[in-house]
Formats: sequence, C-alpha cells, structure tokens
Amino acid sequence: MHELAITEGVVAAVTDRLPDAKVTSVRLEIGALSGVVADSVRFCFDLVTEGTALAGATLEITEPPASCRCRACGAEFAPDWPILLCPCGSADVAVLSGADLRILSVQVA
Amino acid sequence: MCATCGCDGPGAIVHDVIGPGAAHHGHDHDHDHVHDHVLAPSDDRTVVLQQKVLAKNDAIADRNRAFLAGRGVVMVNLMSSPGAGKTTLLERTARDLAGRPRIGVIEGDQETALDASRISAAGCPVVQINTGAGCHLDAEMVAAALARLDPAAGSVVVVENVGNLVCPALFDLGESRRIVLASVTEGEDKPVKYPHMFARADLVLISKVDLLPYLTFDLDRYEADLARIAPNAARLKVSATSGDGLADWYGWLASLGQTAAATTA
Repeated sequence: MHELAITEGVVAAVTDRLPDAKVTSVRLEIGALSGVVADSVRFCFDLVTEGTALAGATLEITEPPASCRCRACGAEFAPDWPILLCPCGSADVAVLSGADLRILSVQVA
Repeated sequence: MCATCGCDGPGAIVHDVIGPGAAHHGHDHDHDHVHDHVLAPSDDRTVVLQQKVLAKNDAIADRNRAFLAGRGVVMVNLMSSPGAGKTTLLERTARDLAGRPRIGVIEGDQETALDASRISAAGCPVVQINTGAGCHLDAEMVAAALARLDPAAGSVVVVENVGNLVCPALFDLGESRRIVLASVTEGEDKPVKYPHMFARADLVLISKVDLLPYLTFDLDRYEADLARIAPNAARLKVSATSGDGLADWYGWLASLGQTAAATTA
C-alpha cells in the first residue's frame, strides 16, 4: 500500500509549494507504467488530506496509457504491459509516456 | 508528520543492532521552496505545478548517491518477498567473503532487530531500520542509516529492503544496482505477477535452488518470462545452503567492489 505514502507525498509537495493556499482541487497524472493504482490514491485522498490545506479538495486523475519507441527499428508502439517488447522482437525500447507520476496542477481558493 | 516515512508517530526508527534503545533518525527537512504569496482572494485559480510526486524522495536519493560516490562506496538495493532468503544469503556471503570486498548492511523490517543481529553475528557492520507501519524503505530513511553505518571506502553497502515485491519497486534509495531475489519455493509465476519489481532489476537471484528436486518449479518458464520482462537483467541461480552458484554471486559483488575502489583511486 505505497499509495498512502504517495498520497502523503502529494499533500506535502502541494503545501510546500503553496503554504498559504486553500486548495480546492488537485489534478494528478498517474501513468499506466507508474506502479501506482489510481483507485488506491482516491481511496487514501480524503483520509490523508483531512486537517490539511487540501481538506475537502476534489481529486482528478488522468491515466495516460503507455507508449514506447523501439531503438532497433524505430517503431512507436503501445506495449502489452508487463512485457515491453517491440513487435519486431527487440527488447531495447525507450518508454515515451505512461511512466510518470506527477502533480499537474491545483485549484486554489 | 513526515510525509515520506510517517515519523513523529509510530514511524521509522533507525538504530544500531547493538546498544540500548532505538534512536529516532535525524530529520533535516529542507524548506527552500518558493512561497507563492500572490493568491487571488476571490475566484479559484489554477496553479500549474508539473511536479513529480516522488521529487523529494528522488532528490534525497541523488544526495545519497553523491555521498556514496564521494566515498567510493557502491550501494545495492536487495528486494524480495518475505522469507525468500535475503538474510540467509547475506549471512553466508559475509562469512565466505570475510571482508573481501568489505560489506556493510542496512536492514529494513517493520519491527525487530532480528535480521541485524544475524548479520552482525556474521561479522558485518549493520544498521537496522524499523519502518513501523511502512511497507518499504525510502531515501530519507536510508540517508539516516548511511550516516550511522559510516561505510568504508571501497566497500559495498547492501540494503536489505522490507520483504515485499510491490512497494519497494517505486522508491529510489540512491543505489547503483537493484537486485531482486526470488526463491524457487515461491513458484515460477512471480515475474509475471510482480512485473514492476522485476522489470527494474539489474540482477535477479533465483534462490534455494537446492530444493528444485523436490518441487514442480518450471525453471524454463521462469527464465523465459524473465527474459521478456527484464531482458537486460543478469540472472544467477544460488543456494545459500548448498553453496550452488555462490561463486558467481561473489564474482558479481567483487566486480562492484572493484568499481567502488576505482572511484576512490
């Protein structure tokens, strides 16, 4: 259940950046390859934000799918997680998107 | 409350294996953030942050890496499920290598210093971290443990993470190599069930191979799955009981020790 620590990290990062703000909404990006379960973050969010400047804030999560580029043949493809294998057979691939875990923006009152 | 490890509650405790009482780890929380005091009083407004959630952990991990590089020390992050044999392998390794290369150990468990006592008895400097409710180690806990361990130049620090094939995968500790150990008694389906953990491994140790004659473990399927999920990871089959494969494991560790020594030279 690392999503609890992840959600605490979100609250800490937002309150560090905006120490005097009352936050009414938080937008997160949780990529398909990030290793974090969006539903678990939703589950934790109200609990973790209670008593903080984020209390009562709404949570919006975008979940971009994974995309990769093959370094052997140059093709871009959507990997069939968990196997990041290019259709050409090469395993030498770069992840283009879907690995990120980011706070995109917040709404402040 | 510390958002990373949850201390100031029943949180992470770093302590030496020998000695009275467990000391709380030191916190040097940075507050060098920019204060945005330009908030409009009326309507809600959007503040774009575009910030990695794990930015704080990753920054501390980078500091750990710089500290280790400065000392010529290499750190590895050893992860597995509970009971896979991490501590047993480290005990045997410490006894067999007897300081060549020098090994220091950071033990992570929710509670007790049982593992640290075993490692200490095998002749290794060791620091125990108790995470309390925490399911993984993070960079801040390891920073405190490194300060306590005070590893010697040219040594290899092995971080034995909390037994868990899920959560530790996400947290960079400042290591230069990630090792995933999986025992044959756990079954051959672990790489496909826990791909996040295996996909980021530099070395996969298949442990307890002395038990293979008594199991239906499909080694071919296991290796085929690993080749697809972690194509770049080295693979070694070992048994801390029979000694099978340990020479290769020691060779792998020795090459790390040489890397560490070379950076100090």
